[in-house]
Amino acid sequence: MDIQTLTFIIVGLTFALYIGIAIWSRAGSTNDFYVAGGGVHPIANGMATAADWMSAATYISMAGIIAFAGYDGSVYLMGWTGGYVLLAMCLAPYLRKFGKFTVPDFIGDRYYSQTARTIAVLCAILVSFTYIAGQMRGVGVVFSRFLEVDIATGVIIGMVIVFFYTVLGGMKGITYTQVAQYCVLMFAYIVPAVFLSLLMTGHILPQTGFGGTVSDGSGQFLLERLDGLSTQLGFAEYTEGVRSKVDVFFITAALMVGTAGLPHVIVRFFTVPKVRDARRSAFWALAFIAVVYLTAPTIAAFGKMNMINTVNGPDLQGVEYDNAPSWIKNWEKTGLITWEDKNDDGRMFYSGDERNEMTIDRDIMVLANPEIGDLPAWVVALVAAGGVAAALSTSAGLLLVISTSVSHDLLKRNLMPNITDKQELMYARLAAAVAILISGYFGVYPPGFVAQVVAFAFGLAASSFFPAIILGIFNKRMNSKGAIAGMIVGIVFTFSYIVFFKFISPELNNPEYWLFGISPEGIGTLGMIFNFVVALIVHKMTGDAPQDIQDLVESIRYPKGAGEATDH
Amino acid sequence: MAFKNEDDAKAYWKENLSLMLKLLVVWFVVSYGFGILLVDVLNEIRFFGFKLGFWFAQQGSIITFIVLIFLYVRGMAKLDNKYEVHED
Repeated sequence: MDIQTLTFIIVGLTFALYIGIAIWSRAGSTNDFYVAGGGVHPIANGMATAADWMSAATYISMAGIIAFAGYDGSVYLMGWTGGYVLLAMCLAPYLRKFGKFTVPDFIGDRYYSQTARTIAVLCAILVSFTYIAGQMRGVGVVFSRFLEVDIATGVIIGMVIVFFYTVLGGMKGITYTQVAQYCVLMFAYIVPAVFLSLLMTGHILPQTGFGGTVSDGSGQFLLERLDGLSTQLGFAEYTEGVRSKVDVFFITAALMVGTAGLPHVIVRFFTVPKVRDARRSAFWALAFIAVVYLTAPTIAAFGKMNMINTVNGPDLQGVEYDNAPSWIKNWEKTGLITWEDKNDDGRMFYSGDERNEMTIDRDIMVLANPEIGDLPAWVVALVAAGGVAAALSTSAGLLLVISTSVSHDLLKRNLMPNITDKQELMYARLAAAVAILISGYFGVYPPGFVAQVVAFAFGLAASSFFPAIILGIFNKRMNSKGAIAGMIVGIVFTFSYIVFFKFISPELNNPEYWLFGISPEGIGTLGMIFNFVVALIVHKMTGDAPQDIQDLVESIRYPKGAGEATDH
Repeated sequence: MAFKNEDDAKAYWKENLSLMLKLLVVWFVVSYGFGILLVDVLNEIRFFGFKLGFWFAQQGSIITFIVLIFLYVRGMAKLDNKYEVHED
């Protein structure tokens, strides 16, 4: 069977599975819709969180970014996993004990203020929309590449599927489809890595193969070989970085804290029955995420080495274009690889200096890896199904946050407090449907900045939610004025810095002009610090929170008496 | 009040914070310390085929994070039982 047919079969089977689960787990109440009835097992919740977390960007791009950035790519590995330590210890158990549906719910009630709630709702919608625009695009890219339809058709297929199980199933439907999606995407991610590891180092575990010796009998370590090749070809050494230490530090921190502040991740911990389950759930989530994150750097190293070898040949003289492996020609059609014969010798050459003749888009690394490594056709099809699973699961989680923010935080708690549970559920479904249409539009007509929005979402979450929640739990006297001032300063500063360097004056976007040498990707960390400082100063000047709020904070600090997540 | 008395409530919170801070110190040292600030020093050391600093940045820190959360879950369960503030 050829790759195309296999891809249709495997992707089709996974779709049938997701829709089947959606029908089986329809939501009957707002409680089902928002937090899956609060009855999800911690292991299932951990898997769902992992699928929710790993987006099309993680699945498709991360290994590619590491392959091209080497050590500097570590910021994503540490940043997107380390945040779970903060979540598990500083946020999840307390928010679960608090027992409401959403992050704006916590901020609004803890800071006894509609203003604080409204700011939080706006931040949540802003963060989620910036994040989702890129996801729909990811769905479109994967569909168009592997199902050979154009991107718009790909996005529409994706929209229909997500619409079906988000609108029907709410959190309940999403959670159980995400469990299935995690299994698909993890399997699809690991299989090629195991194949490549066996092929290149003889180790079955990619994580040990990564530190093993190359299996050509030379006894040289893989990473040593890669460092050597990189230097010879005019790249920076693979295991050394080029970014400044300050910047690496701040980017890692922004990603970690941003993770802990993202509303679609936090809301996950409202779906388990108990506080102890919220802690366990954070453990399982990280364990499941780590399976993929510990594999990504190995795929990066294997892929980079394979790529250099197949383009430049074993003798580093370049391979004749007429004998180029088929993956190069396949991907040339998509425009993601180009070859320009600068020295007219008919041979391709890939390097980091003026000899370079290849332009290779880093996004193809994961998708092309099975072809580069000459793996069986079913592996290629599996990778496509994994990419679709990653994109769908994250989109669904984000859509839910948007629809909850609108129906619950904005309508029920602000504008229309008298609507019934049934009406609220209807509005939630309506909001989800509208949000899908809007994000679909962004998928087909992407705004020019899709690639940069991820940094945006993390920086904004880090500088707005995280300090307000931490202070709300660990400083019981913190008052509403301090929290509001902090959130506003944090988000305005971060937003302006990113907009300035990314959109207004992109020509100044280099270390010379950055504040303290911090790039826009890492600026959320500084925004977070400002948020903390401003909140503490304003609190000092305006007095403590009322006694009943302090008692409320006391009561979320121990597990006993936690009920299901409820409305009031 | 779920605690037997005011002192218990204070002691529980104090022990909770101290466990959390200890684990967060390890979290910081392994990721920001070994993986970023001290990476050049540690890269002088070989760990199988890895430079040690590089290994911490791309593998070791993630493994450490999992262990830390595991220890936290276990430590807090013990603490909840000790002060009888666990659920059910």
